[in-house]
Amino acid sequence: MIHAWEVGTIVAIVAGLVGFFVVLRSSAFPAHAIPNGAFAGAAGASLIGASPLVGLGLFAALGALSIAWLGRRTRSDIATALVLIGMLALGAAFLSQSTAYEPQVFALLFGEILGVSSTQLIPIALLGTAASITLLALYRPLLLGSVAPELARAKGVAIRRLDLVFLLIVAAVTTMTVPVVGTLLMFALMIAPPAAARSLTNRPAIALTLSSLIALVVMWGAIASAYQMNWPVGFFVGAYGALSYGLARLWRRATRN
Amino acid sequence: MTTPVLSVSNVTLAYGDRTVLDDVSFSIAPGEFTGLIGSNGVGKTTLLRVILGLEKASRGEVLINGATRSRSERAVGYVPQRVSIDPEVPLRARDFVALGLDGHRFGLRRRQAGDHALVQRYLKAVDALAFADTRVGELSGGELQRVLIAHALISQPSLVLLDEPLANLDPRSVQEIVALLHRVAKEFNVALLLSAHEMNALLPVMDRIVYLTQGRCASGTTDEVVRADVLSELYGHHVDVLRLHGRVLVVAEPSDDVDHLPSHATLNLDN
Amino acid sequence: MFAPGFFSSGSVHTALLLGTIVAIVSGLMGVFVLLRNQSFGGHALTDVATTGGAGAAYLSVAPLVGFVTGAVIGAGAIESLSRDRSQRRDVATGIVLGAATGLSGLFLYLTATTSSATGVTQQVLFGSLFSVSSSTVPVAAVTALIVTVTMALVARPLLLSSLSPDLARARGLRTSWLGLLFLLLVAVAVGLCAISIGSLLATALLIGPAATAMRRSRTITGAIVMAMSVGLAATWVGIVLAYDSFTWRATGQGLPVSFFVVAIILAFYALSHVPLSRSRRV
Repeated sequence: MIHAWEVGTIVAIVAGLVGFFVVLRSSAFPAHAIPNGAFAGAAGASLIGASPLVGLGLFAALGALSIAWLGRRTRSDIATALVLIGMLALGAAFLSQSTAYEPQVFALLFGEILGVSSTQLIPIALLGTAASITLLALYRPLLLGSVAPELARAKGVAIRRLDLVFLLIVAAVTTMTVPVVGTLLMFALMIAPPAAARSLTNRPAIALTLSSLIALVVMWGAIASAYQMNWPVGFFVGAYGALSYGLARLWRRATRN
Repeated sequence: MTTPVLSVSNVTLAYGDRTVLDDVSFSIAPGEFTGLIGSNGVGKTTLLRVILGLEKASRGEVLINGATRSRSERAVGYVPQRVSIDPEVPLRARDFVALGLDGHRFGLRRRQAGDHALVQRYLKAVDALAFADTRVGELSGGELQRVLIAHALISQPSLVLLDEPLANLDPRSVQEIVALLHRVAKEFNVALLLSAHEMNALLPVMDRIVYLTQGRCASGTTDEVVRADVLSELYGHHVDVLRLHGRVLVVAEPSDDVDHLPSHATLNLDN
Repeated sequence: MFAPGFFSSGSVHTALLLGTIVAIVSGLMGVFVLLRNQSFGGHALTDVATTGGAGAAYLSVAPLVGFVTGAVIGAGAIESLSRDRSQRRDVATGIVLGAATGLSGLFLYLTATTSSATGVTQQVLFGSLFSVSSSTVPVAAVTALIVTVTMALVARPLLLSSLSPDLARARGLRTSWLGLLFLLLVAVAVGLCAISIGSLLATALLIGPAATAMRRSRTITGAIVMAMSVGLAATWVGIVLAYDSFTWRATGQGLPVSFFVVAIILAFYALSHVPLSRSRRV
């Protein structure tokens, strides 16, 4: 049980960091598509008896690469939609062939607080740390490249490569979600807290920090409530995330006048 | 002879069978205020993008401070015509200018106090202190333009390219911006190359004019270039150059080739 | 090619009828969704429809009602939180989607713990065209008709406001109301799809055929017709293959319709990238 708090903390901090850029780049769709598609990988992996985490990671990476590749040939939203439906179709096919318990499928999607074992803690911590360090190392070029790509290119920043690396980071972060939040709700953690944070400040570094902080609060609240009511964590993440955004918007409106 | 800050040699760029830039050659000395003049669609933006390395020329060479581009990326600043930033982006004007310093650097080096003072200095130089803490996405067009100029200048390049900075501005704003650019160019000893479809506002401050039409160019001082014989040869048909109250008007004889007429020049008789 | 019993099966008839209705409506709405750059919104509504579907399962209400209600509420929420600027809409869609997904998780959990129904998650998410009751068809047909007629009435103003909101406003059009109406119509269309092939894959029929059509067609009408055709072809062939697939393996376990439909749509899309003539690339 303790592990849920530790894992939840790591997941929330990383989701906040990555989410700051997801919102900045208007990349909510890919951030949603990659976890969804990754789910297909987990289903496929359990079909052949492999570790769902590996399947998750592989398909997440595959999704990121496909979106980047297809995004060069067509509009990015179309690319994302097509990759999403392709992977979901595969997921449907895998599921139809497997005898996966309904609870397993459910847990993959929506999270299961009691399902966290101590062996999962290390890989998640490692993955989370690696993703965070990479992101912080890329902070400035990614910031400029997201806000004014032409200017970044004129300064010699390799925009295309950066775009791809970012999607891969989203994929890596997605892989962390299985134990606690579920693939579908990792997305909520990457959108609502950063969206709330940017309503509270004009300064990028502070917005970045607040993204993680708010994600933490949302996550802890969700875990506590899930214990209390025995309902899925994901539900509370979605609800508290929306609440935090609403409150932040109200605050901004109130302090502007 | 000092090394020119920019040296464009025989640059040609063709799309299929459409030639956009045809054997364009000119150079800019350090600190020179240069106007790239030509009507809309004549290739000014393309030329700027080639100089910036954002597009590849079919032929020809661009040297910045005597070196090819890849070794001198930091030496050229860029102020694009339009940058649209969402008002919800949490980035203040001063943060944006600071990115001009280190927006390309990987790693998380903490900004020193010196950086902050530098940002202040450049904000002050472009008269942007009043809105330094406002979100970039909430600035007006003119305010954003000044922030972009500061962003380009702060990395201390030897050359700054500006793409149509005077377009869509009322005459008074044009005067203000030209004065500002002239001032900062002198203050920071930086060469400027700005594109415009109308030269009159720049006449008082231009050291050099690069006159572009149909992909070909003539380069020199205004007196050397804006002359009937030079421009007629450039256009390929006869044009007259009239001067009135310090303004210049380039007039072509009525011809079938309407596409190649120069765009209108303002004629301010009240001056 | 056609497995035994295909033509006489009642569930196949239902599947074909429902699939036809769904493909036609999705083709129409999909073209406008792409024109308005609202693919994320369209997809989000299919997921939000899931919430409605999960709620319907929990409350033992008709699935179509649940799906459509969920999507309509979602559309209203997204539209009211958005403004013209793209990031606000992107965020609003994400927030509503996140909250709705969590809610559907709750509904599914409650259903699983309070009733003995199995496979509800899969049912709601992926649907099963072969197990929809035939009474759904007339309701779906009427709903589709209403959507189509409404679209026909607002087509021109909607097109103008999609291509240039400023121009539309200058002509006196209320673009925000048009936007809301459109998103509500998408919600209803999406609810229809969700019933048949599952909410997660309703996106496929909404976006895929339209994306293919927009690459090939030069007119809006042409794109709509082509999108409908691609959707229809994918759905019919998908149904045939899915029914067939039950006979492919000894276990009698086939592959879902949604899998085949998506595969065919993606194949069409890939084909749309193949250059028709040796035109010179600029």
